[in-house]
Amino acid sequence: MSDTHAESVAFVRESVIPPAPPPAKEAGAIRWMRENLFATWFNAILTLVALYLIWVLLSGVVPWIVNGTWQGSSLAECREILQGNGGGCFAVLRERWPQLLFGFQYPDYLRWRPVLAFFLLFVAVPPALFVMFLPRWTLIVTAIYPFLAYWLIWGGTILTPLFAALGVVAGYLAFSFTERRGFVLGLAAGVVTALAVWWIGGLLAGEFSRFLRLEAVVSRAMGGFMLNLVLGIVCVSLSLPIGILLALGRQSSLPVVKGFCVVFIEFVRGVPLITLLFVANVVLAFFLPPDANFDLILRVIIMITLFASAYIAEVIRGGLAALPKGQYEAADSLGLDYAQAMRLIILPQALKISIPGIVNVAVGLFKDTTLVSVISMFDLVGMIRGPILASTAWAGIYWELWAAACLMFFVVCYGISQYSQWLERQLQTDHR
Amino acid sequence: MAMTDTDTATPQMEISDEVAIEIRNMNKWYGTFHVLRDIDLTVHRGERIVICGPSGSGKSTLIRCINALEEHQRGSIVVDGTPLSSDLKNIDKIRSEVGMCFQHFNLFPHLTILENCTLAPIWVRKIPKREAEKTAMYFLEKVKIPDQANKYPGQLSGGQQQRVAIARSLCMRPRIMLFDEPTSALDPEMIKEVLDTMIQLAEEGMTMLCVTHEMGFARQVANRVIFMDDGQIVEQNEPEAFFKSPRNERTRLFLSQILGH
Repeated sequence: MSDTHAESVAFVRESVIPPAPPPAKEAGAIRWMRENLFATWFNAILTLVALYLIWVLLSGVVPWIVNGTWQGSSLAECREILQGNGGGCFAVLRERWPQLLFGFQYPDYLRWRPVLAFFLLFVAVPPALFVMFLPRWTLIVTAIYPFLAYWLIWGGTILTPLFAALGVVAGYLAFSFTERRGFVLGLAAGVVTALAVWWIGGLLAGEFSRFLRLEAVVSRAMGGFMLNLVLGIVCVSLSLPIGILLALGRQSSLPVVKGFCVVFIEFVRGVPLITLLFVANVVLAFFLPPDANFDLILRVIIMITLFASAYIAEVIRGGLAALPKGQYEAADSLGLDYAQAMRLIILPQALKISIPGIVNVAVGLFKDTTLVSVISMFDLVGMIRGPILASTAWAGIYWELWAAACLMFFVVCYGISQYSQWLERQLQTDHR
Repeated sequence: MAMTDTDTATPQMEISDEVAIEIRNMNKWYGTFHVLRDIDLTVHRGERIVICGPSGSGKSTLIRCINALEEHQRGSIVVDGTPLSSDLKNIDKIRSEVGMCFQHFNLFPHLTILENCTLAPIWVRKIPKREAEKTAMYFLEKVKIPDQANKYPGQLSGGQQQRVAIARSLCMRPRIMLFDEPTSALDPEMIKEVLDTMIQLAEEGMTMLCVTHEMGFARQVANRVIFMDDGQIVEQNEPEAFFKSPRNERTRLFLSQILGH
């Protein structure tokens, strides 16, 4: 008997309907085009207009690239080679490529050091980004990298980065020993210990400045895309932990901690980054003793980091607020203390929610590093605006240089964005 | 205190003279709102107490005060001989001995079932990971979901999640369990599996305080039913007498409303 229940009120199923595969998608390019491009007459007009616009764009850009030349050592020579065929003069990129990457003051026989540091980045970063697929001990490589990279790029005695690393380790140990007496106390102990080790280390490194020495390069000589990358990577990786602390501090029940965090965040967010950079460049030097050796790049890093951490703090605060109160209560009821509850329960979830916002800040921050060109540092933008466009050989060439700069930033930012989307998919734990 | 449920009582369900929780003259305010008024309650080891009452009567707040999820302003609470004060050490000690299950389970969605169960033993009790996993599997088997151990909470049904939440609490080897409306957020067909787990727990002699509207559960398992209204304990009695002959007018009204359909 077949199961039809259309006719009568009383109905009892006697046979089970077996699961069937879903209907196959009807294929065919023509069908797809009719459905998606020419469904209605209005739709068809829009498609044609769009096709025309794409054609206009490509017919301008493609010949510019294809007819372009990579030969010649000045704009005049370039124009001669091109003979008005509408091609781009990419020779400027070939000739000034090292300057675009390293600035014009970095000694050319030492360029292998930042290049090596750059390639080591691809060894050092994966353990942190793909922590779920690689054994945990590989994180040591990530931890060593900043100090090694500093030594490679700036040179000098290896004692400087060594003591810097030692200070971090000592600070962490002091923190973990005093943490159980209270998170804030532990944090203070950690910071004080680290500062003490750095101070002693600074004295010792000054004393033995010839120990395992690479030729030193001053900060003023840093430039090009290298400077953007250094500022971007350092500031993003520093502002994330500081932003987390600020966000937690803003929720604190201790009025002093909370007040400090609120004032800091609100002040820094209310000030344009460019003014902070001017402060770093000019005003800070005004307050420091005349012989104080306070590196310009360090000052800029501090300012950008403070700026970004205020934004990240607010993004993470949003993530914290999105968590149901029950998560805090469950952690409490199991007897986890504050630090454990935060590290194991609250932050993993809050950070996951905050990923899009954090990436937004990180990408924006990386692009904002070009603002240092305004305080006369020669990053990628500073190099193009300054030494290259001001040179007699290449004055008046814009498209090729700016297109290259855009492309370089785009590659990095798009990579960050793709990574964050991949990470979000990885961390999805519902309905898998 | 005599046993009353003759039909399901098993030899283990004995109540000792030892006091597990002692609440004296406890008062709590939310701002100016007086939620709990002069609560006096003594819970002996092995007791199974059901707390019922209309919503807003303070029953959840009462059991949340016992493990300091809520702060009380006046009076005293002593759990297993440890007085509940603002001293964090005492609070941590009490929390590690008192398990709690919530209406909305509050499992940690970013951790697997097994990790949910082993997290607190590993970090609070400092038990080695392998041993904690063994304990977790033992309790997951007990609540009948060992095969879900490597899934995430979001992949389980409500009833399964609540049983995981019970197992998670049990992994800390608590001496007292608090249940805050454990079945209120569940579909009807899942309530039974959770209640069965709770009954099993009661039969093993766990001291339990349950805020619930499951009167069948109260009849079968509880040795005492407490009715609360307006932040006060209005009536308490052995379940049979409580349901058969409630003495207070408000209790009668409440029972007629929840049993009368």
